[in-house]
Amino acid sequence: MLQINNLHARIEEQNILKGVDLTVSAGEVHAIMGPNGSGKSTLASVLAGREEFEVTDGNVLYQGQDLLEMEPDERALEGVFLAFQYPVELPGVSMNNFLRQALNQQREYRGEEPLSAGAFLKRMKACAALVDLDPQLMSRAVNDGFSGGEKKRNEIFQLAMLEPRLAIMDETDSGLDIDALRTVADGVNALRRNDRSFVVITHYQRLLDYIIPDTVHVMVDGRIVRSGGKELALDLEKKGYDWIREETVAV
Amino acid sequence: MSNSDKTTSLEALFVDAFEAYAGNPPPANAPMPVNGLAPLNAMQGFRRQAIERFRELGIPSRKNEAWKYTHIPEALARGFAVSTGGSIPDPGAAETAQCALAGLDAHIVVLVNGRFASEHSLIGNLPEGVAISGLGTAASTHPDILRNHFGHYASWEEESFTALNTAFASDGLFVYVPKGKIIEKPIHVINLQKTNERLFLQPRHLLVFEENTQAKVIDTSCALTGDATFTNAVTETFVGERAMVEMYLVQDPGNDNAVVSTTHVYQETASTFTATTVTLTGAVVRNNLNVLPNAPHCETHLYGLFLPGGATQVDNRTLVDHAQPDCVSNELYKGVLNGRASGVFNGKVFVRQDAQRINAFQENKTIVLTNEATMNAKPELEIYADDVKCSHGATTGQLDPEALFYLRSRGMTKQQAQGMLLHAFAGDILNRISIEPLRRMLDERVTRLFGE
Repeated sequence: MLQINNLHARIEEQNILKGVDLTVSAGEVHAIMGPNGSGKSTLASVLAGREEFEVTDGNVLYQGQDLLEMEPDERALEGVFLAFQYPVELPGVSMNNFLRQALNQQREYRGEEPLSAGAFLKRMKACAALVDLDPQLMSRAVNDGFSGGEKKRNEIFQLAMLEPRLAIMDETDSGLDIDALRTVADGVNALRRNDRSFVVITHYQRLLDYIIPDTVHVMVDGRIVRSGGKELALDLEKKGYDWIREETVAV
Repeated sequence: MSNSDKTTSLEALFVDAFEAYAGNPPPANAPMPVNGLAPLNAMQGFRRQAIERFRELGIPSRKNEAWKYTHIPEALARGFAVSTGGSIPDPGAAETAQCALAGLDAHIVVLVNGRFASEHSLIGNLPEGVAISGLGTAASTHPDILRNHFGHYASWEEESFTALNTAFASDGLFVYVPKGKIIEKPIHVINLQKTNERLFLQPRHLLVFEENTQAKVIDTSCALTGDATFTNAVTETFVGERAMVEMYLVQDPGNDNAVVSTTHVYQETASTFTATTVTLTGAVVRNNLNVLPNAPHCETHLYGLFLPGGATQVDNRTLVDHAQPDCVSNELYKGVLNGRASGVFNGKVFVRQDAQRINAFQENKTIVLTNEATMNAKPELEIYADDVKCSHGATTGQLDPEALFYLRSRGMTKQQAQGMLLHAFAGDILNRISIEPLRRMLDERVTRLFGE
């Protein structure tokens, strides 16, 4: 599904990613943990195609294709989805219009007919229910005046609507209280399929109590320094990132 | 030739045309509208004073701070014949029909080159006492109304273009709504232009809404064929006590034609006035919108949307002069500049010394799509009262790259994402338009303009 080799990226003159290697197979959930500034969100941004980052070395293969050569919208059409850490408010752009455009764009790309108004509405209701998102929000502008929790749920709601192959969740847990966290995690779990992969970026282990990852990676200073099973997350929670940092230096 | 010589020669063009016009008054049996102007003709002295004043004030050049960014002498330098009457070209019924708004049930007034064309107008049934006609006609049908209102609000002493218009004023839209009457359907004025020579047009509109009346007026332009025009329009609007008036000015004259539109609005106690000015095309478009809420408890809303591309210059200058207490004014102008277009917003709000408890808000937001387009925004508040709530602001910038990325990350192309955001930006103004066929037409124009 996804193969990242020796990825280096920088923003302006600052090198952030310094050789990331990561392989995600279809159906797997990979968690990436790491302290602030370790490059987790940069990795998500580079994968989604944010233009302010410059890739200076390495490559990314997505379903056998060179991901870095694709425009952000092409990546989306090919099934890459980024759940934003800070979802953007779009005053004047209605949720309804936004989702219909996005969904039909993707359907057209796959050679499918646009959804009928009725089918679209039905799908919207079902997906909103999945993350307990207030259906009233559908008549509002995208994220405009949404609470922090509503914005995060809205990201997972869109994930459910757009049915990506590769979902990258950038700190979806931050700003969610424990009830919302459970709801969102339940939603994500319901969306797990053996042909859909998740990269879950998080600062804390808590989310991983609910979304059980196949593999946990620890990112420090622009590199993945350790990978392991879900118990690695628990170790990190107990011992803190300094433990890894020290070990890395020692190695 | 120096710059000032050139300017002098521009003015001479008008003064000479005036002398020819005034020196040859139309014969008593001349066709409408010129011979219908008894009260205006009775003000020949007034006309002469106006042309004298125009000569003194001159065509505003860029040295004039208020006209710094709008190149009027350059636009006039192409040479225009000053229209002083003559026969009205027949635009043809089919062509006229194209200029109507789809689905709009309205009282339709057609002006051809600034002159009332009764055979193309479809005014329909009106409540008793209400008059919708050409100003030339009104000069004989409503002499008292003209005497009490014409020339009372638009100051020819102070404004060069108003002086010029006043010197030549002969026809335009006339609306009179007597006390207590409601006009349920909008009044739609279609400004048709058809000419085979470069023509300088000076329509003059007078709208009088007496106490406790309600009306909506749409003013659209429709350039059919022929050569370029320069329109110098002046509108005077009286909004009586508790009257509610909405005016929509939709400017789409085509990129060869220039417009200076000056509107003066006078509001009486507890009246509500809303103006929406939408500018789509034009060579040079300058709008002077002046509102004087001259009594307490008035409400004034001024909305603007300008979407020029090419080399179009759009210059919106507004003035709300709060002379009396307890009034509200709210102003929002939004623009999207493409190509080499230039935009100006100069909004002034005056709160005079005794005008306490005024709420006045003013905002201008502009998105500049190219490096060649430029925007100059100058919001101004002048407050002499102490118990007021006022704010103003202006922002000019590009589309938010983060918002664009968000949409693209959901599968929309750059073009679609941009179209969606621009549409939403313009929607802020469009969604305030209370006449659905007009809103829909503009919404479709915006969609075509930006794609989606």
